Parts: sequence; C-alpha cells; structure tokens
Amino acid sequence: MGNIIVLVEHRRGEIRDITFEMLMKGKKLSESTGRPLNAILFGNNVGGMAEQLRSRAKRVVLIEDQKLENFNSETYQQALRNVIEGEKPFLLLIGHTAFGMDLAPSLAALLNAPLATDCIDVMVEDNRIKAIRQPYGGKVNVEVCLKPAEQSMVTVRPASFSVEEYSLDGEIIRVSSPVTGESASKRFVEYVEAAAGELDITQAPILVSVGRGIKGPENIPVVQELADSLGAVLSCSRPVVDKKWLPKDRQVGTSGKTVKPKVYIAIGISGAFQHAAGMKGSGTIIAINRDSKAPIFNIAQYGIVGDLFKIVPALKGKIKEAFG
Amino acid sequence: MEIIVCIKRVPETADADIVIDKTGRDIEREGLVFDINEWDNYAVEEAILLKEKYGGSVTVISLGPEEANETLRKALAMGAYKAIRLTDPAFQDSDGYAIARILSRAIGPLPYDLILTGVQTEDDGYGQVGPTLAEILQIPHASIVNKIEAIENGRARVHRELEGGLDEVVDLELPAVLTIQSGINEPRYVSIMGIRRVAKIEIKVLDLHELSMKPDEAGEPGSMTVVERVFFPPTGEGAQILEGTADEIADKVISILKEKGGVA
Repeated sequence: MGNIIVLVEHRRGEIRDITFEMLMKGKKLSESTGRPLNAILFGNNVGGMAEQLRSRAKRVVLIEDQKLENFNSETYQQALRNVIEGEKPFLLLIGHTAFGMDLAPSLAALLNAPLATDCIDVMVEDNRIKAIRQPYGGKVNVEVCLKPAEQSMVTVRPASFSVEEYSLDGEIIRVSSPVTGESASKRFVEYVEAAAGELDITQAPILVSVGRGIKGPENIPVVQELADSLGAVLSCSRPVVDKKWLPKDRQVGTSGKTVKPKVYIAIGISGAFQHAAGMKGSGTIIAINRDSKAPIFNIAQYGIVGDLFKIVPALKGKIKEAFG
Repeated sequence: MEIIVCIKRVPETADADIVIDKTGRDIEREGLVFDINEWDNYAVEEAILLKEKYGGSVTVISLGPEEANETLRKALAMGAYKAIRLTDPAFQDSDGYAIARILSRAIGPLPYDLILTGVQTEDDGYGQVGPTLAEILQIPHASIVNKIEAIENGRARVHRELEGGLDEVVDLELPAVLTIQSGINEPRYVSIMGIRRVAKIEIKVLDLHELSMKPDEAGEPGSMTVVERVFFPPTGEGAQILEGTADEIADKVISILKEKGGVA
C-alpha cells in the first residue's frame, strides 16, 4: 500500500511552517486510510532537522548531499524521482510556495502523476483523492477529483491547516544521494535580500491599509490624510505596489511584511490569502469594501459594505472632530 | 531573440457578484467583464522590453474562443509581432496539465529562445502551466520571476521571488520558460487607436486536428483533475457589518477605535 509523503521545505537552516502544516494533514489522512506517513528531507548537514521531524512522521527519509544544499528544482526533481521509485507514494504533499510552485508541476509531468495545485484541503474517499481549491481570488471553492493513479500529488496553500501537538516515535532512514551531477541547465546563484525600506510598518500600532479598490495614485492622499488624522501608518496590499502607487516597504502579505497592529483598517482590499496571511494576527480588523462577498469580511471583526470614496472622507471628518 | 508569450482572457471578478451556473461546476460568465490576465499583461510587457533590448520578435498565443482575439490584439498593439489562437470544442474543461499540453503542441514546431507566461491566472489560479509546459518541451524553467537581470551567451540570469521579500537568483540555459510575477515592470498603455492599427493583422487559428492531437489528449479526458462542484466558501462568523449613512458608520468606527485601538 502506497504511503502518504510530505516533502520537507526548509530555507537557510529553518524548517518552514508549511512543512508542519502538511505533516498535520498527512497524519490525519494516515489515520483515516491506514497508510504510513513519511517525510522526505533533502539538504546538506540537515541531520538536526531530521531529529526535529522524528516526532511528526513515522519515517523521515533523509538524503544529504552538497548538491542539495540550496533548492534547485532540477536537482530536487532528479532526487525525488529516484526516491519515489522506492517509496511509491499514494499521495505526495508539497507546499504551494515559491519552492513548491517551481518544483511540483514539472515533477508531476515527469512522473505522469495527477496534480492539484494550491489546495486548502485534501480528502481520500474510497481510495480516490479529492481536494478543495479556491480560484477567482478566493471568491468560490471548487472540489476537484484527481484521476485514479498509482501516485498523485497535491500542493497545499500555506496556513490551510492549524498544527496541533502530537508526538510520534519516528525513525530516520538515511538514503544515499541519487544526485549524479550538478545541473548544468539550471544553477542556483545566490539569495538577495530586499533593500531595507525607510519605513517599518511592523512597528505601527494602527495601520490604514489600501488595496486595488483605491483605483489610482490620485486617491492615495485621501487615505494618507485619514491615516494622519489617526496617528496611523499607511500600508497597502500587493496590487498597489505592483502598480507603483506606493513603495514596496508598505506592502503587507506573504511577499511583503507580516503585521500585528492593534487596529488594521483595510480599505478596498479583497483579502486574498496572500494578504490575509500577513495581517490576520491584527488585534481588531475593520474592512471597507464594495463587495459584501469579499473574503476580507471573513477575517475582519467589523465590516462596512459600501463606497470607500464616501466612507473615507466622512470618517476623516468625524475623526478630526473627535480627536482633533 | 524569439520570444513566445502565452496569454489568457479572463473574467474580472474582484469587484463582481459571482453566481454559480446551472451545472454547479462553473461560475456564470454572462455579465462579467473580461480582460487580459493581469500576470500575462506583465509577461507581454517584459517580452517587448527584451525584444527592444536584444532584438528579435514576440509571438503571443492564447487558448480560447473567438473573443480571445481581443486579448491577442491588445498584445499586438503593445508590440507583439504575431498572434496565434488555439481553439476547439475538445479543449473545453482542460485543467492546467491539459492546457500546458495543448500549448506545447502549438509551440513545439516554432522557433523560440524564451517562453513567458504569467505566474498564474486570475480565474483558475493553477500556477502550474508554465513549469509543466517546460517539462513537456524538455527545457528548463524558473517560476515567479520578478527581474530578468541579463541574457547573454545563451543563458538567462533571473530573480525568483520567494516569501518575505527574499529573492533567489538562478541562472538558466536557453531556451527556457519563465513565469512572470506582477510588478516586474510597468505595462504600457494601449489606446483604442493602437488597437485599431493592428486590427488587420491576421491571427492564426489552430484546432485539435491542426495540432495533431487526439480528442483524449485535451479537455476532461486529457486532464489530471476534474471539477466536481463549485460552492461558496463557508463564511464562519464573518464580520459584524456596520450599517447606516456614511456619517453614522463613521461614528460607529470611532467608538470601535476608542474601545480597541487605544485612540484617545
């Protein structure tokens, strides 16, 4: 019977949260299907990580090789192909992250394995693998069924599963590296840190944050004034940075900053998961959006459904009166 | 340098009311406004910037019905030289894998040094078509590219966007597939006059037969995943909605701020 396998994701010496989230889901699937839960760990000098994972999986398959020190989808693909021949996974879970998005699709094509990407849940019913995806920016859920196959793959959206305490007494299995040579067609060069911005939005007690709904750079001053009247800092979602309406150091979300202010006021932000991941730990979230079905209203405590261009000026006026 | 860009016409749903259609397996498209997928717009711009820097030409390809011509013409107006549309009733309900396979059959016979796609689409959001296409064509790929640093000696040096503001620099042998991240450039504006100027350029149309494909290689039979049902996400408790006039709502927000925000 095929295993349930989680591919461990780590970067610069740290196991990433998605790994524990996938192991949590994997453990539940392992219990409901009776299939063993294994973790596969690639890297160089990562024995400590294997120890750390021993309590979270039945087996930790460890392959160490200098050529696996930094992530390279081609080297990983070569190594995984070999390991999978021995492991015969029924289901291989990989994170839907910058790591998994570079690896899973081409690996699935190579193995001729069905793949469902960016899934927020995975189920096994009568040996059929089903998954829930969230297309259209999170506005609808879709249940997909993977074609029956010996081995299947699912990439998992970060923060889809909360991690509970459990402890397995797993064993570490060292496997010799199947990587034969350096990949010539794709080479890892280096990591580059984003230039530190002038502003640190993570320290602000109140954030007034704007999204695509602000429509144009000419409308930024209105929200800046609102922020000023509250003694708050102005931040934003990704589209605002992509369009160069505000600089990158103001961006909240997966590819920007994670913030936890006392109050977060989201203006014209739909609340896609990449944004939510960066702000859902805020104390109180107030959202203003035209669309009553916007995902932001699922994480906000207070919602205002309406035209931000009417509400923001009214709010600014009242705040000046109240706190002037 | 020959560059191919894969683009898609998608419904804009960020501000729209979504309705699930009668089949229960898709959303109702009637009444929605369509445009080029945002990530693809950045990919087209990047291709044109590369052409301006290194010479060569840009070809755009889209899989879709006749309406997809609008999207292709927009790319032509931006500076693409040729456009190809892939269409067939058998392509309906293709998943990310099947889409990549159809694209690979169209691209295979063409000359190319670089293939660009968007990181993902606004509608299906698979984020898999580019790297899958690369694997089928047996060429390298890099996904989530937010900077193309240099192209020289048959190799490309690009930045991949990782989480939390970190980039990874990779060096690839050409030809290669790059999936382009939003924000990599500032896509040029296309005027109605600009679109009119390219109205007469012929868009080459290819169907299943012309791509030498069998019906079971596309659509649902050629896909690895099948949609069973579409439903609205469970809302949980959701937000407490503040109602009233703009002024009344403002008063309510102020009392929340006083209570929760420590604003005096």
